[in-house]
Formats: sequence, structure tokens, C-alpha cells
Amino acid sequence: MTIACFASCQKHTPVPPSPFFDQADQMGRPAINTVFIGAPDKDKFNQITPAGMAAAFGSEMKSNLLALNPGYTTNLLGLTADQFIGVLSTDVLGVATNGPTTFYDGTHVLTGRAISDDVIDVELTLVFGGPDGKANPGLTSDNVDGNDVAFLPEFPYLAQPH
Amino acid sequence: MLACAVLAVGGIVYAADHMDAPAVKGQSTDITDLYVFQGKNKDNLVFVGNSQGLLAPGATGAASFNPNTLVQFKIDNNGDNVEDLVIQAIYQDGRINFFGLCRPSYTGTRNKIEKGNFLGSVQVTPYGANHPIVATGAYGIKFFAGPRDDPFFFDLDQFHRITGGMATSFNNPGTDTFAGTNVLSIVVEVPKSLLHAQKGTINTWMTTNVAESSDHAK
Repeated sequence: MTIACFASCQKHTPVPPSPFFDQADQMGRPAINTVFIGAPDKDKFNQITPAGMAAAFGSEMKSNLLALNPGYTTNLLGLTADQFIGVLSTDVLGVATNGPTTFYDGTHVLTGRAISDDVIDVELTLVFGGPDGKANPGLTSDNVDGNDVAFLPEFPYLAQPH
Repeated sequence: MLACAVLAVGGIVYAADHMDAPAVKGQSTDITDLYVFQGKNKDNLVFVGNSQGLLAPGATGAASFNPNTLVQFKIDNNGDNVEDLVIQAIYQDGRINFFGLCRPSYTGTRNKIEKGNFLGSVQVTPYGANHPIVATGAYGIKFFAGPRDDPFFFDLDQFHRITGGMATSFNNPGTDTFAGTNVLSIVVEVPKSLLHAQKGTINTWMTTNVAESSDHAK
């Protein structure tokens, strides 16, 4: 009887809790998973590392780009669909450490993301605007150009909550 | 023609990364936005990681960080898209504790808290506070954590009408779907010298990770 109890107690020996944390969500640039990854793959996209993204999702992203804009040739950055997806399919945010940091300010391209940057207009223009950015004028800007409240001039920069 | 083509894509778009995928939608792991930019002091970079978006004012008081959710800023400083440094943030007892600015012990999708590299901690600013609580830690790094106005702006509702075939263009002026809403923010300002960028640039991304020891672990 004692031996049987001992045997069953062995099965319930506590295991120390794992110190590991498993990735649930990730983000580099705005709107990449939401726009270019199909619904069935969104969870899978969140489980992958940037180094593996292009191989796993590049062709799906290109298909979705061309479904959004079947007339896509190049964009304001001069990128073909393959080149554009080549940039976007590794979802990391490039940030300059030696100059202005902005998604796009007319001069600097993908050197960071400031809270005042209109990233939506930039991405809409790159997807729909064609080689000179002027194609599909109803789709290249959502005509919301800034935040509803002013940002703070210093840390933590984001405004008081509503 | 264009509206039909747009219809063909996935359908619903949630801006930036808000509620991007079924497994994280609406939870403490749901990232909304990452911003990285020069600080007021141009020797510093600021990392902003936002989560749990579209919080109405009435819901913001109840929103909180989760002690089983690790928030990370991952930094590749040599251009191979593998993290060379991490900045980690995790909630405990009303505070966010920060670790890292070191080579991570594990890269990829399964990570550990770099407990040997504590950077500092900050009290979570309560909803309703008149001023943000700011703490300073190792190397002069500044920390903030708490609810903020969501800095993101987009006429998401009109975009839904376009992808749903009910409109063929944006309105002028547009309406900001995110006006009047809040997010939970973690903001860290770091001297650039600590990032060891090669060729004047880094690649960065944000992750949320769930403790394997918690109920939400797979």
C-alpha cells in the first residue's frame, strides 16, 4: 500500500516553472501584418522572426499588393513590386543614429518613425500613387494629417490620456 | 474597378498593428504601434511601444499591464535582422521593471528576462494623474509607463468602407478613427552610444511574449 502511494506520488512531483517567454505579437513598420498578410496567416506571421519573414511571406505579400493595386508598376521610390515587397517583407523599422528620424519627410526615407509622421499617407502613396505619387488621388491620402491633440515637447512626448 | 480589386484582399484592415491577429486581439499582448525617433536631446533615441489600443476614456482606468507579458524592443545593429540587443519591460506590483541593453541570452521567439542586466524601474502612471511619472535609471535612461492618448491617426472607418466596396475613395477632410482614444504606452529614452550601431543605422522591432509558466501559455 505504501509502495503504491509512493509510485503515484512520483507522478505529481512539481516541476519548476519555466523562465521562458514565448512570442505572441510583433511589429516593425506600421500596417504590414494588417495589410499584406492574409487573415489565415496573421497568427503565423506573429510567431516568426524577421530573418525568416521574406522566405515565408514574400510571395503572399506580393500577391496582396497586386490585389490592392492591379495596376502597380513602380512607386515614388522607384521600386518594382518585387523590390517593394523585398523591403517590406522583413518587418523591421530602420532607424538612423546619425541624423533625422522619420518614416518619410520628403528627403529622408525610412530613417525611423516619429509620432507626428503620417505613415498612412506614405504607405498609401507607395501602394497606390504610381511612379510620381499622383495616381489614384482618392486613395493616396486619408486626409487625416495629424493627431487630435498636441504632443508634449519633451519626454514622454505622448499626450495626456483622454 | 479598383474597389473590387481592393475587396479581394483580406478584407478588414486594422491600422498600424492594432488588433492584427486573432490570437492577440484585444489582449495585453496586442501591440498597436512602435515608434523610434531622436529625442529632444539628439544624442538619444526614444522607443515607444504601445499596446491595448482603442481604449475609450471610460475603459482606460481598468486597463492594466499584465505581469505575464514581457514587452521587448529588439535591436539589430549589424544588419542581419537578428537581435544583438534587447530592452525588456515587465510589470510587477504597480511598476514596470526594465532589463537588457545587453546581448540577449536567447534570440528568436523564445526569450528569457535578462535578470543580470537591470536598467531601472518606474511606477505605472495612474489614469487621471495630472502629470506623467518619469524615472531615470542606469546610464541616464528615462522610463515611462501608463495610459497615453493614442498618437496614431487614420480614417480607418473610411478605409473599411473602401475595402467593403461601399466607397471608392477617402473623404476630404477625413475623420480620425483614433481621436479621443487611449493606449497603454511604454516609453524609454536611451543614449545612442549604448546601441552600438554600425554604419549609422539600426533595425528594430517590438514583441510581446507570454510567460510559459502562465495560464495563457500554449
